[in-house]
Amino acid sequence: MIEVFQLTKSFHDPKRGEVRAVDAVSFQCKPGQIYGLLGMNGAGKTTCLRMLATILQATSGSALVFGHDIVREPDRVRANVGFLSTATALYGRLTAREMVDYCGRLHGLDEKTLSQRRDEIFAMLGMGEFSDRRCDKLSTGVKQKVSIARTLIHDPPVVIFDEPTLGLDVLTARTIVEFIFECRTRGKTVIFSTHVMSEVERLCDVVGIIHGGRLCAEGTLAQLRERSGAQNLEEVFIRLVEEVQ
Amino acid sequence: MSWRGISIVYRKELVDSLRDWRTIVSMIVLPLLVLPLLWLGVGGATATTVIKAAQEVPQVMVIGGEDSPKLMAALQKSSALKTIPPRDDFANLITNKVIRAAARIPEDFDSALENGQTKTVAVYHLEGDMKSQMGAERLERFFRDLRETTVRDRLQALNLPANFTKPFDTRRENVAPQRKALGEFIGSVVPWFVMLLALTGAVYPAIDLTTGEKERGTMETLLCCPVPRSHLVLGKFLLTFTSAIVTAALSICSIGGMYFASQKFLISKGLPLTDQLSLGISAKSLLALFVMLLPIAMLLSAVQLSVSLFAKSVREAQSYFVPVMLMVIMPGIVAMMPGVELNTGLALVPLLNAILGMKEIFAGTFHWGYLCLIFLSSCLYAALALALAVAMFKRESVLFRS
Repeated sequence: MIEVFQLTKSFHDPKRGEVRAVDAVSFQCKPGQIYGLLGMNGAGKTTCLRMLATILQATSGSALVFGHDIVREPDRVRANVGFLSTATALYGRLTAREMVDYCGRLHGLDEKTLSQRRDEIFAMLGMGEFSDRRCDKLSTGVKQKVSIARTLIHDPPVVIFDEPTLGLDVLTARTIVEFIFECRTRGKTVIFSTHVMSEVERLCDVVGIIHGGRLCAEGTLAQLRERSGAQNLEEVFIRLVEEVQ
Repeated sequence: MSWRGISIVYRKELVDSLRDWRTIVSMIVLPLLVLPLLWLGVGGATATTVIKAAQEVPQVMVIGGEDSPKLMAALQKSSALKTIPPRDDFANLITNKVIRAAARIPEDFDSALENGQTKTVAVYHLEGDMKSQMGAERLERFFRDLRETTVRDRLQALNLPANFTKPFDTRRENVAPQRKALGEFIGSVVPWFVMLLALTGAVYPAIDLTTGEKERGTMETLLCCPVPRSHLVLGKFLLTFTSAIVTAALSICSIGGMYFASQKFLISKGLPLTDQLSLGISAKSLLALFVMLLPIAMLLSAVQLSVSLFAKSVREAQSYFVPVMLMVIMPGIVAMMPGVELNTGLALVPLLNAILGMKEIFAGTFHWGYLCLIFLSSCLYAALALALAVAMFKRESVLFRS
């Protein structure tokens, strides 16, 4: 479960002064649900997700992730979250197995559980033959699979995916999407941000549209279609964003 | 504090760094290969030149002396000199290194010597040229021997004892260990040099583990893990320190090994320079240097880690290396200034204190009080620098500086 209350993040920019990257955003996502966060580049999606993963500190507001406060209990939040974004890269000189093991150990897994979890995930993602190759020698698609494996190695109840299919070929993107779907089936709380509308239509139970740091619309796909008066999701997105501009 | 997280980060960084050829070069290849090559190259070439120059019979020119056949015969007979016929352009010949030196014999030298008159022999040489210097010294030695023989003959003719012109003697004795003077010089140069190498060893891992991670995007992956940030930075610091201290240790081994090998080589060549060659370098002084370098390597690692952490990019971090390097170069220069000696105040000045302490150790003096003060104050500075690195690692404005 994720509950976000008036979450705000401000930065000081020497040229622009005080900038509100995320402005009083509130939403919630239940277990077994995929919450899709849509927005243009620079809308504040990544900053919002980084705050939920406790990589950035909120300026004001709060959020509860699996019952833990992101401000007061950041370590407990991180222990229960798997976070994958375009900025979470892999160590090029480690093998896929070493990379996943490193993250597993940092999450406090014992060697037996770690080995079991790793083999399970590698088998699920079809990564057996790549496990002993160095990450910098892997293709973009396999790298992303390694990233997913390290995100889920500690079996977190909450998973945050920030544009996980960016730059991937169709087949790899499909594997990733299926994996996210699998997370929902397993009852995990999933937040997912993307630019690909087909993925939103396929995966998301609830969609939040973020623009200029503010959550300007939220609801199921049917509710958003009704509110915007458009059927095509791309059109829905554009109309709802234009509403607040 | 839990060591588990620190240990996991450290072990991973160690594996990662040992797979990086740049770390291997700065940590292992530089001290083990480049240092001996430099020593053997420069030192070997110098030693060969000196040995060759010492063994050479210098070619010298004697100008005048046609009216002094006795002197000319003695010069011709000398096995230490090779005389050639006089020419007017002798100065050019010395400058162009065709001959090593020249001597101008005054008129009627032989008869003046017999009549008890004093004449002056001018010796010409090229200042700054070692071989010319050696040629001039051989000429001077020849005339000094001739003067002593003449004085002895004159005293004998007058039935006076040989010590008539030497009513008493003086003798100067050095109370300090024989190695003191050279040891002080070597004592300020060697630790300084090793400090610079330790810093070089710390630079690449410090940049790679901080700015490098920011640039490659792995920092965010690390920050997702439920390990306190202070533990993450301590793991990274330990690896930087390992690299610095391994570089320092290998450099010390390299310097010690090369020094003892060179000493053996020179002695085998028959150079009676054993005492002068001791230079204060011994297993004990090298061990003391290593112990003294422990807090210094910590300090340099923590400083380099903080500086690298602050940088936006690897390129920016590399540009900060010069000021950090100056921070180490300056105390070395100060320590070599005449009159700068260890006292309580200087024992508290970071880096300079360690160099001055080592200067004393290499000169054969162990001031335990000062040495403890230096070690403890260096530990304190290292702890402060590490606290700064930890504080910086917790700041978003530093971690996500762009």
